[in-house]
Amino acid sequence: MEAFYNLLAGFAVALSPLNLFWCFIGVVLGTVVGVLPGLGPAATIAMLLPLTLKMDHTTAIIALAGIFYGARYGGSTTSILLNIPGESSSVVTCIDGYQMARNGRAGAALGISAIASFVAGTVGVLGLMLIAPPLARFALRFAPPEYFALMVLGLAMVVFLAGESMIKALLAMLVGLWIATIGTDLFTAESRFTFGQAKLLGGIDFVAASVGIFAIAEVLVNLETQGGAEIFKLPRGLRNLLPTLQDLKDCRFAFLNGSLIGFFVGALPGAGATVASFMSYGIEKAFSRHPEKFGTGVIEGVAAPEGANNADAGGALVPLLTLGIPGGNTTAILLGGLILWGYKPGPLLISEHPDLFWGLVASMYIGNVLLLVLNLPLVPLFAQILRLPYYVLYPFIIGISVVGVYSVNGSLFDVWIMAIFGLLGYLMRKLEFPAAALVLGMVLGDSLERALRQSLMMSQGDLSILVNRPIAGVLLATALLILILPALRKVRSWRVQAIEQEG
Amino acid sequence: MARDKNNLIAGACLAVFGAYVITGASRVSYTSEVGPGPGFFPLWVGIGMVIFAAALMIFSFLPAKKQLAAASWRSALRALIGWLAVMVAVFLFGRIGFSLSFILLTAFLICALDRRPIWLAVTVGVVLAVSFHLLFVLALDVSLPAGPWGF
Repeated sequence: MEAFYNLLAGFAVALSPLNLFWCFIGVVLGTVVGVLPGLGPAATIAMLLPLTLKMDHTTAIIALAGIFYGARYGGSTTSILLNIPGESSSVVTCIDGYQMARNGRAGAALGISAIASFVAGTVGVLGLMLIAPPLARFALRFAPPEYFALMVLGLAMVVFLAGESMIKALLAMLVGLWIATIGTDLFTAESRFTFGQAKLLGGIDFVAASVGIFAIAEVLVNLETQGGAEIFKLPRGLRNLLPTLQDLKDCRFAFLNGSLIGFFVGALPGAGATVASFMSYGIEKAFSRHPEKFGTGVIEGVAAPEGANNADAGGALVPLLTLGIPGGNTTAILLGGLILWGYKPGPLLISEHPDLFWGLVASMYIGNVLLLVLNLPLVPLFAQILRLPYYVLYPFIIGISVVGVYSVNGSLFDVWIMAIFGLLGYLMRKLEFPAAALVLGMVLGDSLERALRQSLMMSQGDLSILVNRPIAGVLLATALLILILPALRKVRSWRVQAIEQEG
Repeated sequence: MARDKNNLIAGACLAVFGAYVITGASRVSYTSEVGPGPGFFPLWVGIGMVIFAAALMIFSFLPAKKQLAAASWRSALRALIGWLAVMVAVFLFGRIGFSLSFILLTAFLICALDRRPIWLAVTVGVVLAVSFHLLFVLALDVSLPAGPWGF
């Protein structure tokens, strides 16, 4: 009941005209930077941070948080329409979102993405409001062995990205893990696999690689046939551009799955929205009545990861506000802002500054409504991009990709990387290797290696530390189960076939 | 004789690549003073690659459950030309700037690969390049590679 009164007080703060105005500005700016690949929320918040020094602090955090969760709404747009993942957490959305666009359902994909983001964003805020302190305490029990197990569980999702061949998926994932090792080793400062290139010391830029693998490879595949392989179908009429009631019904579980996975994984510092989006996609496929259709343009395959990467925003604020631990780049900059304004994020923040915490929570409810109201009418507008003739669309995709990749670090080297990965992505498509598995390995490789090495340092080389701890043990057992289930199913089907042949 | 040549070749290439990863990993230390060294993780990744690449090669000799459409490499020539054009454009970005390189790339893709009239190709290139400049450089203050003439 106390939370309810606090929330009412928070609404009184958030609904003041000035705070409402800055919440609106924040979510609009967030949507814009989310739509444009490369321009992430972290860079935008960092650029705007100095401007907030003279603002009221509650207003400032409301505006900056608006950019943070607003960017998650916008991130799906280029993934669905152009197969360009603007952020790592939007990679999974490309798998079914882009196929939906190709099947003439771009509007439905964009619409369900906005609705899933709204539902999951609201669940994330509810979680932040109701269970932040106990969840933060639970998250603190995650030491390197638990993180290692969580990353292994994330990698086990490769099973659901495999398509026809599990071996090819595992190989793609291993190549991704190797790519993640390129650069300077964080523990010893030794360089690995840099081919004598100083620019590779910092590793391969993830955005550059994933834009190459998805967007440039897609263009190359379509260049194979004169006149483009297939022109996008786009139905006329607003009704046909939005999700149907049946779509919403089909996505009930996906909304719940994305919301819960996104929030809980988001609350773990360092785990991030990407892990959450891959996990929610895997769970959605595992429990689906038609798993074989995933990858061909299934609406649940868009709703689950999009929900997860939005609920993650609420989850990521849990350790930030209650423990002062940032979970990623953006929350690290928000932490910097809070410290700059004179706050001490930690267990006492909520009790010492209730106006800030509850004002932020209330503003996130308002921001989510604003984002839904803003984004749904934009769906038909964005979908018009697909009406462009293919000979305009493909140079447009290349141009957006180059601008997005170049704008991250202002580096032409990253554009080279994008082009090289474009060829790799094309070859993977031709040879039927799942590109998402490679991206999964790239995303989790660094965290996996760090957690494994830290764990072995803790135990002085004793591997049993990875399975002896209860949380790590349960997570690893789940990962093992996920990995061996397809093999068991295959053995069973072989046996059934053999019995049938004998009969 | 392999039933799936693509898988056999891909497996062989990945096995060689895995061997390279193992060699590269063994050049840096496997252990350090505080625990596993920088060679520890990539070594096991390389070993995994070799094992699964060998499995892929072996399976390429087995009859496939479903006949996959063999990748057509004849049509890949057009894609390869398109990719080379992108590489040339990236090379030119740092020399003559984004806008002009992008116009040249677009004109090539539309005119040479898609056999459309040159005026259409150049018009599309110019319109897109100007739109990108207006949106990103002027409106959003994003810096793009500029040529000697400043754009």
